[in-house]
Amino acid sequence: MADRHTGMVEKRGAGHWLTHAGLILGVLFIFFPIWLAFVASTITQPEIVHPPMPLLPGDQFLENYAKALVSGVNAPVARMLANSAVMAIGIALGKIVISILSAFAIVYFRFPGRKLFFWLIFVTLMLPVEVRIVPTYEVAARFDMLNSYQGLILPLIASATATFLFRQFFMTVPDELAEAARVDGAGPMRFFVDILLPMSRTNMAALFVILFIYGWNQYLWPLLITTDPEMNTIVMGIKQMFPSGDDIADWPVIMATSILAMIPPVIVVISMQKLFIRGLVDSEK
Amino acid sequence: MATLTLEHVKKSFGETKVIHGVDIDVAEGEFIVIVGPSGCGKSTLLRMVAGLEGVSEGEIRIGGDRVNEKEPMARDIAMVFQNYALYPHMSVAENMGYGLKIAKTPKPEIATRVQEAAKLLQLEPYLKRRPRELSGGQRQRVAMGRAIVRRPAVFLFDEPLSNLDAKLRVQMRLEIKQLQRKLGVTALYVTHDQVEAMTLADRMIVMNAGVADQIGAPLDVYADPETAFVAGFIGSPPTNFLPASRFGGTEGEQLGIRPEHLSLVAPGEGRIAGRVISVEPLGAETLVHLRLEDGTDVTVRQEGGAEAPGEGMEAGLSWESAAEMRFDAEGRRMRGT
Repeated sequence: MADRHTGMVEKRGAGHWLTHAGLILGVLFIFFPIWLAFVASTITQPEIVHPPMPLLPGDQFLENYAKALVSGVNAPVARMLANSAVMAIGIALGKIVISILSAFAIVYFRFPGRKLFFWLIFVTLMLPVEVRIVPTYEVAARFDMLNSYQGLILPLIASATATFLFRQFFMTVPDELAEAARVDGAGPMRFFVDILLPMSRTNMAALFVILFIYGWNQYLWPLLITTDPEMNTIVMGIKQMFPSGDDIADWPVIMATSILAMIPPVIVVISMQKLFIRGLVDSEK
Repeated sequence: MATLTLEHVKKSFGETKVIHGVDIDVAEGEFIVIVGPSGCGKSTLLRMVAGLEGVSEGEIRIGGDRVNEKEPMARDIAMVFQNYALYPHMSVAENMGYGLKIAKTPKPEIATRVQEAAKLLQLEPYLKRRPRELSGGQRQRVAMGRAIVRRPAVFLFDEPLSNLDAKLRVQMRLEIKQLQRKLGVTALYVTHDQVEAMTLADRMIVMNAGVADQIGAPLDVYADPETAFVAGFIGSPPTNFLPASRFGGTEGEQLGIRPEHLSLVAPGEGRIAGRVISVEPLGAETLVHLRLEDGTDVTVRQEGGAEAPGEGMEAGLSWESAAEMRFDAEGRRMRGT
């Protein structure tokens, strides 16, 4: 027991402290702008524009955040947060449902053109949203989906990456499992729901986190598809708060909005961290 | 419990013919082992009975009813897979009861039947565990339990013991046999291990390249093989083959003699001579490997107590003519004369 701390993991001495000092410095470096944003969201407008800017939070926290949430600049931040949440959750869930079903079809069913469809899906991986954004806009506009949740979600709902990931996962599931289920009398959908879905749950959680953040951070598409401030999402909404021309920017409210915009992704990551990491590391079969 | 009949069963994948027509009538409660080397079509045959592979030609009947077109579930069979194929996210009890759950069996009955099977297989303490928390032997039992609770007409086993270590394999082999006797269910068992085939089978089917070379009780097959392949495959060490032309046969014919039917005599005596290349004392028996003048290797099995010549020594070989098995150039057994 005496030399319990001499193991590889519990290395002591100068190296140990240096490592920690380095890490702490790194964290401070990354965290400082966020801290500044937080400080800026708790003080008044004059305090921000007259340098030097204070480094400690002021006393305007409640006022600024209340103002942001309830009235904002163009639209109340609460409204924009709700829009972003609908969009991000819609995209994440939609992508998971569609891609897991298409992966199931590609891996477990033999149908004409199976290979072709797989390659078609795979090839779209190489086409980023920006490349097809004009035709997509045209289609969305003609379907009358401007300024609507459908318009925000549907064009982004198919995911080649997720389909590919699920396909890879399904291919590692032993064929005998599908056969055992067949002998047990499970039809294809029963097998999917009872066996494949529970086995994919860590993969789904990992994807949900990634896709939620992807959806939350969408900027270009919401900017094109929404013109009504009531339909703005928060990430593009922040940019919309910047004044044009000679108007004065309401920095404390903008900063409060930025801080508020960060909170939901952070909550999603933290609450799903365990499943997320297991989904990336584990190969439970 | 039911009879199982295969009639001219053939299978081809595209142009490639895998099974060239197998016929067998399996009686109620009979234990049939299909044995053969890898790639001989034995697993395919089993999967055709299970309904996991289509039947290209011929007919499969379970309990007298044609099942060619039926889904596995409707065939009243249960299958034990080589890698067990347990559902990893379900507990042992859920694994065993899954088939019943799908068949909409009332819950209390599922529970009773799972309990019964667990008791039979000594799995009671593990019912709540996940498959990954079990040892190989226990997983094997769960796979068997899953088959038992269904109370099927026919058990199908696809090399169920090949993932276990040697000691456990022997133990599970005995348990499978006892279980099948106790339940009285017709069983079809695929293996490449001829010892498993010999010990388990009421009758065995020796498959070679898609053809059932011989169907019969293990000891009959051993004592009286129909083809050179069967003579070489069943029995360990395998049958010795000598060119028959040296003993009054025609060119291409072969003479098969089991190792235990050969005996060593002094050099110069006996019917042929050879040099000892190695000696394997196994306790109860000793295997003596010799190389003949024409380069053929033969093995002699002696009692453990008998005196064996040292390596490199010359020795003569003799055998009773009654122990000879003659095979023609195609490997078929020649009888009479």
